[in-house]
Amino acid sequence: MLAGMEKIQLIAILGSIFFMIGVIELIRRKQIKEAYALLWLIFGTVFVVFSIWKKGLDFIASLVGVYYPPALLFLVMMVAIVLILIQFSVVISRNNDKVKNLAQEIALLKKQIEDENKPGNKN
Amino acid sequence: MNNRIIIVPCFNEDGCIKSVIEEIASHQPAAEVVVINDGSTDMTSQAARSTGTASVIDLPVNLGVGGAVQTGFKFAHKRKADYAIKVDGDGQHPAAAVDSLLLPLMNGEADLVIASRFLSPNMGYQSSFSRRIGSKVIQWLCQMLTGIRITDPTSGYRAYNSRAISFMARHYPTFDYPEPEEIVLAARNGLRIIEIPVEMRDRQAGISTISSSMSIYYMLKVTLAMIFIFLRPIEKIKE
Repeated sequence: MLAGMEKIQLIAILGSIFFMIGVIELIRRKQIKEAYALLWLIFGTVFVVFSIWKKGLDFIASLVGVYYPPALLFLVMMVAIVLILIQFSVVISRNNDKVKNLAQEIALLKKQIEDENKPGNKN
Repeated sequence: MNNRIIIVPCFNEDGCIKSVIEEIASHQPAAEVVVINDGSTDMTSQAARSTGTASVIDLPVNLGVGGAVQTGFKFAHKRKADYAIKVDGDGQHPAAAVDSLLLPLMNGEADLVIASRFLSPNMGYQSSFSRRIGSKVIQWLCQMLTGIRITDPTSGYRAYNSRAISFMARHYPTFDYPEPEEIVLAARNGLRIIEIPVEMRDRQAGISTISSSMSIYYMLKVTLAMIFIFLRPIEKIKE
């Protein structure tokens, strides 16, 4: 199997495997939360599979009518990146909201403490 | 006697916040004035505190107008205020009009009252030409989306009853320029809106939050925000 392998395929296999190891390591060290790593893992797996199983890429490309199989890989990659960026926007927006609520809560609590410490307050 | 809270959101307004508070206090001695200091980098907080008549809430970070105003509504809701009046910290809104803003709320005719500088027979401050055009566009969009004709959709001088306070405390648009959005949000969710004429002044100090180079960006953002609020599901209003 290795004998008939082109140089570029070997690079692709190694590259995608290193990528997967990198992502898995980041999850293991809790640098990425599992939920956010899901998309990375799914698309990493797709790349590992297709770099090893080259015929599979040719087959699927012909199935969907893509004449140049590597173009399919680019398409998959772009879809992956767009999906992940959308996910980022969602997460950032949610975090914005949480930060806003926390800041408001802190401000209101500070005010409450100030009122309670005021000499001659009724409470 | 009902309890009323006057919300004054401000960011770097140490030049005129004192006179704004004193003006409100002289017209509304019974009301609690709450200054929401939106992470100012100047002496706004100290200036407001030095009056001795205002409660000051200091936000630990700058949230933008929307976040600051919402803090005021959360506070008013916590205090179980019957009415809240929102007055800008830059001195454009004459405190003498507070009672006339509250009147439709007290009569149960509306949940939200907007002070309009364009309904006023006496001119007063009416802002620049380009801004009036922008105002017209927003007004038209408002009418398309809600069916209500608001002559001054960017006016920040508004009064709210307890129903509106509780709604805004939870759903206030956290946007840099939330006024037009607030109208669509309120109308969509069944709050009754009334406009009354109020003569406004030119700002006393500081600079407008919307510079002319930002105005196209502002229009785009406001338009988008209004349309999306319209597309969102209607919230349940807790009484």
